[in-house]
Amino acid sequence: MKTCLVVDDSKVIRKVARRILEDLGLEIAEASDGMEALAWCRAAMPDAVLLDWNMPVMNGIEFLRHLRREPGGDKPTVVFCTVENDLEHIREALAAGANEYIMKPFDGDIIASKLVEVGLV
Amino acid sequence: MTPEDRELAAQICASRAGLLVDPEKAYFIESRLAPVARREGFGSVDDMLGDLRLKRDDRLAWSIVEALAAGETAFYRDRRPFALFETEILPTLARMRGGEPIRIWSAACGSGQEIYSLAMTVEDMRGQIPGAKIELFASDLSERALEKAQSGLYTQFEVQRGLPIGHLVRHFEKAEEMWVLSPRIRQMVRWRRINLIADLSTAGRFDVIFCRYVLAGLTPQMKPRLIENLARALSPDGFLVLGEGESVAGVSDAFQAVTGRPGLYARNPAFRAAA
Repeated sequence: MKTCLVVDDSKVIRKVARRILEDLGLEIAEASDGMEALAWCRAAMPDAVLLDWNMPVMNGIEFLRHLRREPGGDKPTVVFCTVENDLEHIREALAAGANEYIMKPFDGDIIASKLVEVGLV
Repeated sequence: MTPEDRELAAQICASRAGLLVDPEKAYFIESRLAPVARREGFGSVDDMLGDLRLKRDDRLAWSIVEALAAGETAFYRDRRPFALFETEILPTLARMRGGEPIRIWSAACGSGQEIYSLAMTVEDMRGQIPGAKIELFASDLSERALEKAQSGLYTQFEVQRGLPIGHLVRHFEKAEEMWVLSPRIRQMVRWRRINLIADLSTAGRFDVIFCRYVLAGLTPQMKPRLIENLARALSPDGFLVLGEGESVAGVSDAFQAVTGRPGLYARNPAFRAAA
């Protein structure tokens, strides 16, 4: 079973995302900021990361840049999931190594379509 | 709406566009027709249909057909036909045609996602098919759908259905809360209103026809008509792409399925299109 780390400072979003991703057959872990997510990844690298942008302690883009420098950190498929919906943010995310990008608000169809896009489901 | 009203709406769709509408689907019919009634200044759907019974208002009848015909769509819907188009259909035709135009038609294009997905594919693979001259056409029954499609404007929700993020970055700009396709892509497509069960003899000849999720929604009498119309509009060595689960089997012998390529059809050489 493929694993997905859901990184978001909102407990509600994590819960909604968890339900959608579990229905798609993924095993879920959660982190509430980039630092916590990095600790998770160092312990057990997930197959995928669903990543919020704006979070306390360490935001999503900083996390992603750190992750891509970690041993094995090039492996996870990273899908941003954020309210930031302008082209500058999207380009910055792709340049930092994001594989896909979801603009909130999202629903199950959007998540499923994006995960199919990156070959995860 | 009374059962008679729903029956009338279904009958209008069947006679004008060969469209199969189940008169039992009260919620579907009412929810699609309510905005039409509002737009046309009627107090209710019942009033609108009552009026239509009294006068034969052709424009209003077509508005009803358009509202009931509209379907769901997405960029790169089902993915597989577009992969096939990119890796097999287009390279093959480019080889066969040399510099002669390759004409591609999205029949029943709705709000344009299908033809624009094809246009983006063509644009992104220009380097692999140098010299190929590709012409893109899109048609729909509905003027309103064509208007929306031509605008190239999509909501944030629409651009997240099937469109890879790299394509969004390459081909779209943000326009306030909407996303708009680049003029370069939009200008690749020519548009026309076409009723697929009418006489298509002036529609032209095409090398690839995408006609997906139309066949399944037609009345049994009109299915062979659609397929034979498409056969006449397709060049002898061209390809027809149908939707998932749609098949010409038992409908017409104008096409034969391409083995190992679900949804892809070639013209049956034995089929002689009547003039």
